[in-house]
Amino acid sequence: MNLTLKIWRQKNAKEAGNLVTYPVKEVSPDMSFLEMFDVLNEQLIQKNEEPIAFDHDCREGICGMCSMYINGRAHGPAQGTTTCQLHMRKFKDGDTIVVEPWRAEAFPVVKDLIVNRSAFDRVISSGGFISVNTGNAKDANNIPIPKDDADNSFAAAACIGCGACVAACKNSSAMLFVSAKVSQLALLPQGRIERESRVLNMVRQMDEEGFGSCTNTGACEAECPKEISVENIARMNREYLMANLKK
Amino acid sequence: MKQFLTSSIGKKTVMAITGLFLITFLIVHCGINALIFYNDGGKNFNAGAEFMGTNPIIRTMEIVLFLGILLHIYQALMLTLGNSKARPVKYAVNDAKSNSKWYSRSMGLLGTLILMFLIIHLKSFWVISRFTDEITGGHTTLFAKMKESFSADGSFQGLTVVIIYVLAMFSLSYHLLHGFHSAFQTLGLNNKKYTPLIKAVGTGFSIIVPFIFAMMPVSIYMGWIK
Repeated sequence: MNLTLKIWRQKNAKEAGNLVTYPVKEVSPDMSFLEMFDVLNEQLIQKNEEPIAFDHDCREGICGMCSMYINGRAHGPAQGTTTCQLHMRKFKDGDTIVVEPWRAEAFPVVKDLIVNRSAFDRVISSGGFISVNTGNAKDANNIPIPKDDADNSFAAAACIGCGACVAACKNSSAMLFVSAKVSQLALLPQGRIERESRVLNMVRQMDEEGFGSCTNTGACEAECPKEISVENIARMNREYLMANLKK
Repeated sequence: MKQFLTSSIGKKTVMAITGLFLITFLIVHCGINALIFYNDGGKNFNAGAEFMGTNPIIRTMEIVLFLGILLHIYQALMLTLGNSKARPVKYAVNDAKSNSKWYSRSMGLLGTLILMFLIIHLKSFWVISRFTDEITGGHTTLFAKMKESFSADGSFQGLTVVIIYVLAMFSLSYHLLHGFHSAFQTLGLNNKKYTPLIKAVGTGFSIIVPFIFAMMPVSIYMGWIK
């Protein structure tokens, strides 16, 4: 496969960036998108050019680092897939592929395709701890939990915090991410003790970080590599309303 | 409560509540106006208009309705401003149609079109009913006014007005197609059992109500209503 790549190059957070065109030859359809980038970077290094900076870590779809906006979609065209799990067979020989970083006020570009997602970390830490008894490890299933609740909580906990929801949302809203983090604890008895303060603090932090508000377009759910449901957003809205009514 | 109302979720809740309130208004407005389809020379229709124009509860609700519309518009403007700040640099390529419906992303545009229609519509009927004695003074009736506005009578103006009304009802239809179920989602009313029902009712409502509204000027123009 021979491809034409148009990649966002930006020296640092302060300087303006632009799309630069790179031809890439003899790409194997079995390569992952990131391996294709490795090949391109090797070529750039051999030509004494600056390689393209991009985030990656596990390359098995669980760390959420590989943030790339490919041909106008978060993590590219495949459903429920991170960029590292996207394979070149999803593209055709001769394709032009445009790759941009996540675009959001709350996710400033660090360099090229790398954005700073620490806004998510601050939202998580604003949620605080959960109360647990220390001491010996408890028996499994000591606290009875309805199967549906456990399943829904687990589905929410599948969120890897990659930021695709923010990137795909026309308002750069972080509601899917925050609602998944609120839901995974609010659904379980262990998380119910601090459920009110948690949702109040996390939503306040989310708003402070400069994310937009939710217009229920569903773009987040469609682009989420872990296919987190917008039901979580409704749950967070409920939690937030109830917590505000009590406080 | 102040923290709630100034938060992103609180602002959306205001949008949802005012939106649902405006939907209840549509039901009343559509129901009363549908009396025109009796095709009895406007007898029932004028009686309905008389009731709406004189009933003190309806008169009070009219004020609440205007407050609701204004709040819905104001909050939408505030949210749109905030949302545009959340993404200062746009994507060079954005394939939004692959992940969401166009009308769900165009609520602001559709709402603006509805507002523009509303100004024309209020000027044609509401202002005359409230601030002149053309209808209340008995010089004419609302039915006669409707016929005057939409009748073909060879004048091109009637056709232009009818087209504006029909296009506005398309805007309303798409606005409701997203707004109806979106309001429930914002209020946290999402449930595996009832959400499919809410969505089905919302889709039906979004098609039927604007269709009935659009049929009023169309029927008068085509001469189906005498």
